[in-house]
Amino acid sequence: MNIHEYQAKAILRHFGVPVPDGHVVYNSNSARDWAKRLGDGPWAVKAQIHAGGRGKGGGVKIAKTADEVKQYARDMFGMTLVTHQTGPEGKVVKRVLVEEGSDIADEFYISFLVDRVTAKVTLMASAEGGVNIEEVAEKTPEKLFFEAVDPVVGLTAFQARKVAFKMGLALPQVKQAVPVLMNLYKAFVESDCSQLEINPLIQTADGKLICLDAKLNFDDNALFRHLRIRDLRDYEEEDPMEIEAGQYDLSYIALDGNIGCMVNGAGLAMATMDIIQLHGASPANFLDVGGSATIERVTEAFKIILSDPKVEGILVNIFGGIMKCDVIATGVVEAAKQVGIKIPLVVRLEGTNVELGKEILAKSGLDIVSADGMADAAEKIVKAVNG
Amino acid sequence: MSILIDKNTKVITQGITGATGLFHAQGARDYGTQMVGGVTPGKGGTSIDGFPIFNTVEEAVKETGATASVIYVPPIGSADAIMEAVDAGIELVICITEGVPVLDMVKVKKYMEGKSCRLIGPNCPGVITPGECKIGIMPGYIHKAGPVGVVSRSGTLTYEAVWQLTTRDIGQTTCVGIGGDPVNGTSHLDTLKMFEADPETKAVIMIGEIGGDAEEKAAEYVRDHMTKPVAAFIAGATAPAGKRMGHAGAIISGGKGDAASKKAFLRECGVSVADSPAEMAEALLKIWQP
Repeated sequence: MNIHEYQAKAILRHFGVPVPDGHVVYNSNSARDWAKRLGDGPWAVKAQIHAGGRGKGGGVKIAKTADEVKQYARDMFGMTLVTHQTGPEGKVVKRVLVEEGSDIADEFYISFLVDRVTAKVTLMASAEGGVNIEEVAEKTPEKLFFEAVDPVVGLTAFQARKVAFKMGLALPQVKQAVPVLMNLYKAFVESDCSQLEINPLIQTADGKLICLDAKLNFDDNALFRHLRIRDLRDYEEEDPMEIEAGQYDLSYIALDGNIGCMVNGAGLAMATMDIIQLHGASPANFLDVGGSATIERVTEAFKIILSDPKVEGILVNIFGGIMKCDVIATGVVEAAKQVGIKIPLVVRLEGTNVELGKEILAKSGLDIVSADGMADAAEKIVKAVNG
Repeated sequence: MSILIDKNTKVITQGITGATGLFHAQGARDYGTQMVGGVTPGKGGTSIDGFPIFNTVEEAVKETGATASVIYVPPIGSADAIMEAVDAGIELVICITEGVPVLDMVKVKKYMEGKSCRLIGPNCPGVITPGECKIGIMPGYIHKAGPVGVVSRSGTLTYEAVWQLTTRDIGQTTCVGIGGDPVNGTSHLDTLKMFEADPETKAVIMIGEIGGDAEEKAAEYVRDHMTKPVAAFIAGATAPAGKRMGHAGAIISGGKGDAASKKAFLRECGVSVADSPAEMAEALLKIWQP
């Protein structure tokens, strides 16, 4: 789960991490009012969307007067911000963060994430802040520093010091950096983050370290023990169909193609998308109906797939294990009747009770094309859609 | 021979009184697995459908002589259940549960350091040695005893590969589902090492997916140390960057872990890579004849 920058900063503030004073606003008048309450300026006016690269698209402005704050905020509200992380459709700005401005002398990069190889939380730091860190990793990997954290003792002071010196900080800033890094680690583990990124961490002209930007992602599987974080979820930032699917325990991700897919199991679902592409078409979605696909869930899955106007055909690929093919077939037939599918539908069933399943499909009177194996299924649906 | 489990393996089920735990314990027993009991705290001393229930894993091990445990405990208690099994001296722990928090697994991995216990999963279908022992949720009948080892992150995609083998009359030594989470107990590499050491296993199918670099690490081992032919499929060629494809581990981030680069590297290492999931068995037969 993702949250907004202002929410991330509130969490970090709670853990004693220095962040600029600021306030989220929902209209331009309160942007001006909050600017005045925050001090004499300058101020940063920052569009709040769940994507990075906002500055380049006009989503971050520095204002010198309170009226400028209002003007910039007015420009931002309702604007569609397109960045390298939003996709071409962009995201509409509905919240704006007004913050006290900072006099930046130097910029650094800090992040924490779980490293799969060491199975440890790892601190990653660089003296190159405020830039695209993926480019740094690509072009100058020697400028990135790593520290793996022992989960029992946590990030130690000596590790934080090591990293701070490597980042090229002077002694007074090293002394500030140690508690900053240790508190960031604490925020990471105590909130069950999957990623925590500070880009940039800045040194101000008067020598203070401040987290100027903050991005927190959380492990969805751990949200059950962080109800206050769960409440920060902004549904307007998410794909409405993905939200709908989630309510039925369906794992759904919208893609750009024209062939809808319904599959059981994440790996097989990805493989089904791949084989559609190998046969010259594109999948419209990833959809895993899970291991216990009931008639209700299959029906919902069909509704979600069909609500995408790009979908011109549907491929159902089920390898029945514990789940029996006759049950799936009944579900498909019931759902097809309820929803009224008017586009080509190819069903590939394999596994437990497959013959029974195929018989149910054949006798349904519905226009369902039965397929043997994944290759046959992909070929049939692509042919039916593309001719 | 086989790896990890065989007809002598005695298995207990942690979370046996839950609907899922009991259903799959019965399924495994029907397959012929020695399912010797279960653990549900507070229900020790009773039994369910013929399975004796114990309060703790320690007690279950003492009374039944079990060396393997399968876990169906919900995510909130999964990490604790794994550590309890490790502490009780269980040699092989298989955690089926999906949705275990990653930082819980970080703690579990630390807890297991220096201990001889092996963990498979979490979020996995389990392990099966056809005809001898089935621990997990896979349908037993699609398998057949034979010479091919199968290792995979995914459940149904493994069934697909197994079925392609079985319908060509090629059996399997052991099929290992290592699970789709970013931090798990056993990697592709660990499993390849076991297959290499197993005299009955003559060839291997490895199924990977986007995200991380576990498949690359395994491929380096194939290139440098493995004497047996390996075929592979990598799922997720069409997955966009930054989107999690069902499995928590299946995500392309920072431009790394995409299917094209994984496949290219595997090929460089001498692995026979299938572009189509319908051709996993074919890819193996290109480099090996049973």
